[in-house]
Amino acid sequence: MAEEAQKEKSMILQKEMISSLFSDLSRAKELGKKVCYTFIPGNLSELIRTFDMLPVYPEINALQSAMRKKSAAYIKEAERNAHSEDVCTYVKCDVGMLMKGNLGPTGEKIPDPDVLLLSYTGCFTFLKWFETLKREYPDAKVIMVHTPYQENGEMTPEMTEYMVKQFKEEVIPQMEEVTGIKYDEAKLQRHLVLSAEAEDLINKIFQTTKHKPSPIDAYFAGVYYIGPINIGFRGTQQAVDYYKELYSEIQERIRLGLGPITPEGEMKEEKYRLVVEGPPNWTSFREFWKIFYDIGAVIVASSYTKVGGVYDLGWRHDPERPLEALAEYCMNCYTNMNLPQRIDLLKKCIVDYEADGYVTNSIKSCNSFSAGQLGMMREIEDSLEVPVGFIESDLVDPRYFSYSNIKNRLESYFQMLDQRKKMELEEV
Amino acid sequence: MKSLDSIISECRANAYDLNFSRAREWKEEEEGRVLVGYMPIYFPREIIHAAGAMPVGIFGGGDDKQIIKGDAYYQSYICHIPRSIIEIALDKHLDHVDGFIFPSICDVIRNLSGIFKQQKIGKFVKYMDFPQNFLPEIGGVFYQQEMSHVLKYIKEINGKDVTTEALNHSIELYNRNRQLIETIYNVRQDFPWRLTIDEVYCIVRAGTVIPVEEHNELLEQVCTHISEDIGDPQDKIKVVVSGAFCEQPASGLIKAIEEAGCYVVDDDYMLGSRMILGDIDASTSHPLQAISTAYIKQSQYSSSIYDVHDPKENRLAKIVKDRGADGVIFAAASFCDPSLLDAPIFQNAFDKMGIRYIAFQYSENINQYKVIKEQVGAFSDSIKLWEDEPAIPAIEDKIK
Repeated sequence: MAEEAQKEKSMILQKEMISSLFSDLSRAKELGKKVCYTFIPGNLSELIRTFDMLPVYPEINALQSAMRKKSAAYIKEAERNAHSEDVCTYVKCDVGMLMKGNLGPTGEKIPDPDVLLLSYTGCFTFLKWFETLKREYPDAKVIMVHTPYQENGEMTPEMTEYMVKQFKEEVIPQMEEVTGIKYDEAKLQRHLVLSAEAEDLINKIFQTTKHKPSPIDAYFAGVYYIGPINIGFRGTQQAVDYYKELYSEIQERIRLGLGPITPEGEMKEEKYRLVVEGPPNWTSFREFWKIFYDIGAVIVASSYTKVGGVYDLGWRHDPERPLEALAEYCMNCYTNMNLPQRIDLLKKCIVDYEADGYVTNSIKSCNSFSAGQLGMMREIEDSLEVPVGFIESDLVDPRYFSYSNIKNRLESYFQMLDQRKKMELEEV
Repeated sequence: MKSLDSIISECRANAYDLNFSRAREWKEEEEGRVLVGYMPIYFPREIIHAAGAMPVGIFGGGDDKQIIKGDAYYQSYICHIPRSIIEIALDKHLDHVDGFIFPSICDVIRNLSGIFKQQKIGKFVKYMDFPQNFLPEIGGVFYQQEMSHVLKYIKEINGKDVTTEALNHSIELYNRNRQLIETIYNVRQDFPWRLTIDEVYCIVRAGTVIPVEEHNELLEQVCTHISEDIGDPQDKIKVVVSGAFCEQPASGLIKAIEEAGCYVVDDDYMLGSRMILGDIDASTSHPLQAISTAYIKQSQYSSSIYDVHDPKENRLAKIVKDRGADGVIFAAASFCDPSLLDAPIFQNAFDKMGIRYIAFQYSENINQYKVIKEQVGAFSDSIKLWEDEPAIPAIEDKIK
């Protein structure tokens, strides 16, 4: 494996943005800013920024701990304290990290929350997670936003109204109380204008995988691309600038006919185009990715890059309806969509991006994604006659990443794709 | 009046009847009748009853149903209940059930609603989004809208409009149902030998699959029977079982706990039938609002209700105290996120309060209880033989 990843300007920009966030967090008190813990799906970044708070995302802390090979120890620490082996490993990693001093990726302590903002979109574990955190941080203000599920595959006016009422009568007054800052709707609207701009750009970026060869990997690299829009920068000029730069770099790759950049440089030959369902494994992220790029498999679309918002189908934050837009944003995240909607979206990706196959990475400790994946897979296989693959791993628990099992399964799957391609060629 | 034994055996047969025969008979007795299945934990059955339909509790396949097709829908690390529900649906045990309701309790049950939609099982599939906002004017209104959707679905089948009078009448029936169940638990608190917890379980669970009027009659008779001094007391500790509110333990496991030296004086096995504490106002001109207000203000604690303003550990501790229990048995279904994620909260709090507990996991289809029985037996012995002081006084101050 190559030792040093290639770095483009957009990567450097992203690194600077994230460093600045953690730097601000470490100086939150000095800066006079309140700290808001919240989650990626349904994150209310624009509202948090309207109140000048700094966001902390516990699941991002967990995945970063995994990538830094620290999650195993954190999980064990949580399990020593009555946490079951069988529940979400993000939660256990976060709890273990807290018990070990809550040191962030920069090595500095992540400040305690002033607000626990729970807009629990598409995941019940979030609810349990914040019940746990509330007991660790009894002084934090808990602000709960109930996001209705798109049970009928739609966002109805009454669902939106329910959420708007919560914003008006519970969320905003409590944020005003904690921060001492009066709600400024014009400020929120300015953020939303920038959000919509970033959403347009990220949508265009993920559409570039329609090119052959695809200039990017929409899963393994995609998780980096969604970073700024998901971790508190949506609604800022920084995010817009980042996505403009990224888009321009990708355009250049398309002009040159280049494939995706991998940790070992540019992928030379695109042999298979895949759509992936489910989050990645973070503990062995590079090894996992390598199995794909070594064989020439590029991911042209993934559901995981939609957990923080689904922009493929045209929805954008509308600054003219600021609170309604926040409500719709929360309801429109991938895991808040019902199973038939998820199936339709994935089928659309397979067709639109001319994918050769569909792979499910089933995550042991994430029922929000995993429960129902087998039925989804069967439906996709039956209706599109596309070869499907299935592997199992976990988010941040290295005990559930079995490299050889996953490699064996994927190699068999790639052989199947090969056979299919040969047969199609013979038919032609 | 029927004998207690015959009531228990009638209830046992209904409780574990995967063909839901009594519901089927009820439907066939009259043209236009509708059956509405609901999954754990809780659903306001009053509104189904008022709409001229019958609610049918679907709590999994237990240890009677061999799972073949269901395993093709769920990975090994997902709890057992969704695969057994799919199995009984695909095996046509639910063909007479018109619609299905999936209460918002966890990601698995939520996504199971999607599988029912995808498979086009039933005339309607409703994911019931219970409010996590507890202001009557916000969460309460949303809840009423959710209930109205269910009524609309039933009306599309039977054409019936629901009247205020019908709703209030149904509320009264279910108020009585909860009162009678509570009476049984109250009697057992002092005289747990009069009825085993397995018998109580069958009696309560039967009420989820037979008409409420019939269930109330049976409950009245059970209450009469157990008001008599029947049975022989045994030297057992008293415990509360917590965490088994969705996927149901097999009958053998429920029995095993008491056989191992514990009287179970409270539990959350059939939490849905006991979810509302006290009566719902049956005299208003806005019965849906009354049901919604009761849910918001009078619900038992539950792993699926956000509890920050009323911590569940204090509420369970109060049950332990009120029932005079010696300890708690945390019984969670394997891979049950809500129950298992609550475990550290309860256990850390109980360590501080000095409430004794043990914890184990089960699956609805396991029928080997030796290890659990030994664990429960050791727990019982440790309290009976080696504890001088009861735990209760130590916790009194801490649960105010």
